[in-house]
Amino acid sequence: MPASNAFVLRVTNLAKRYGQGCPSCYALTGPAFATNICPCCGSIVACHDIGFDLEEGEILGIVGESGSGKSTLVRCLYFDEEVTGGEAFLAAYGKGGVNLFAESSQRKRFIRNHLMGMVYQNPLLGIKPHFTAGGNVAEKLLTADVYNYADIRARAASLLTRTEIPRARMDDFPARFSGGMQQRVQIAKALANNPPLLFLDEITTGLDLSVQARVLDLVKEIQRELGIAMLVVSHDLGVIRMLADRTAVLKNGRMVEIGLTDQILEDPQHQYTQLLVHSML
Amino acid sequence: MSDQYDLLSVRGLTKNFTLHLQSRKFLRGCEDVSFSLKAGEFMGVVGPSGAGKSTIIKCIYRSYLPSAGEIIYRTGGQDIDLAKAPDREIIRLRRREISYVSQFLKVIPRVPAVDILAEQLTERGWPRNKAKDRAAEYLEMMNIDPALWDTSPSTFSGGEQQRVNLARALITKPRLLLLDEPTASLDAETKKVVIQALNQLRKQGTTMVGIFHDTDVMKRLVDRVFTMTSGRCKSIKRMQEVV
Repeated sequence: MPASNAFVLRVTNLAKRYGQGCPSCYALTGPAFATNICPCCGSIVACHDIGFDLEEGEILGIVGESGSGKSTLVRCLYFDEEVTGGEAFLAAYGKGGVNLFAESSQRKRFIRNHLMGMVYQNPLLGIKPHFTAGGNVAEKLLTADVYNYADIRARAASLLTRTEIPRARMDDFPARFSGGMQQRVQIAKALANNPPLLFLDEITTGLDLSVQARVLDLVKEIQRELGIAMLVVSHDLGVIRMLADRTAVLKNGRMVEIGLTDQILEDPQHQYTQLLVHSML
Repeated sequence: MSDQYDLLSVRGLTKNFTLHLQSRKFLRGCEDVSFSLKAGEFMGVVGPSGAGKSTIIKCIYRSYLPSAGEIIYRTGGQDIDLAKAPDREIIRLRRREISYVSQFLKVIPRVPAVDILAEQLTERGWPRNKAKDRAAEYLEMMNIDPALWDTSPSTFSGGEQQRVNLARALITKPRLLLLDEPTASLDAETKKVVIQALNQLRKQGTTMVGIFHDTDVMKRLVDRVFTMTSGRCKSIKRMQEVV
């Protein structure tokens, strides 16, 4: 298929281990052992042998229980964490032929500022509560080398309007915003540099239902209109069903299944996926 | 119709389910099912509930991963085995040419009926206002009260939901349409509308597979009838032979 080459992001053999590690770390952890803690050296294998492709405009869902390695995976891809092994390639960087993890920290910063957006579960990880809402968006633009004041101001205003932050509150501090509003400022900020790739880590967890719905509507709309590829981490299968074309299932740091979202939900293959789907309310 | 090519050819399709949570309990969905469809043909699938009718349709749409067999689908002069095609190829085919109408409408809550239909077209590159106009035409065709168009189908009656569900598939004019009881829970008048719409679509070349319980409706639509019992094919007959 010609399409298999048209990736936005390609990840192969990604591994992240906390601890010194020993030769049997990978062999003695994973779903078969129902643990991600190595019995020999006590290291934690948060992710191992994770690989997938993400296409332009595609949303890939990542599901799994807490501790399965979902957040570690996106944090590694956004360079919040250093990987232990594996490779990642971005089509928009070095013609897709450069392993991002092997780049210098300056280059990584460039990649993340220019080519990626991240929305964390906790809005305060992504935005600064004592910068104004507009200032937060401006910060991302400045790191992406946009310096014209009028341009920044106009872009911030349009993004905040887009994410339903009233224009009048553009110069207020997010510290005084509700959780849902803070989340929407974070989304506006993540979109500021017009990234081809967006990471969303449990973005609706902890929001009340009606706010959750509006945040999801917004994500869906952004994907439709801007065609941004997204990696959506959630433990909520309803969110995944609504957003993702394909879904990967993580368990004890391993990817146990990946497939079409409706197939994962209606005909789950792996034992753990069956448990997960059948636990759905 | 004999000069037409096979659009869909299912060979030895088998689907089993292994329930790991119940000590690897083994369930049979369908076994060794084979049939082929010419382009533009409409095949009805009948049989008692639990016979595996939906299993076949879901395997073709790939909501189920087939356990064995081939599902050869002809597109753009090429044969693709839907049982083994990569996920992305399936997504692409679903966006462009294969549609599935389930028994129940599954939509994002809050989205108005007219937008649910229009979205199908905007995804395919239509400008927004044109898509909305066309969506309105289809809602009208399906006899949905205009007062409901800008409300979410979650507030609709069962029959209205079913019609929106159908309209959503029809509006895209798919090459292959899979239907799971398209006229269940519809009143006689609406059934007529649905029959008309499906026949219309067929005239434009759409190939269809549909599960039916209502033989009267089926009689007016299909060319051939595929009868199933306990996961296997009992018979494939021309509609005239069945009646």
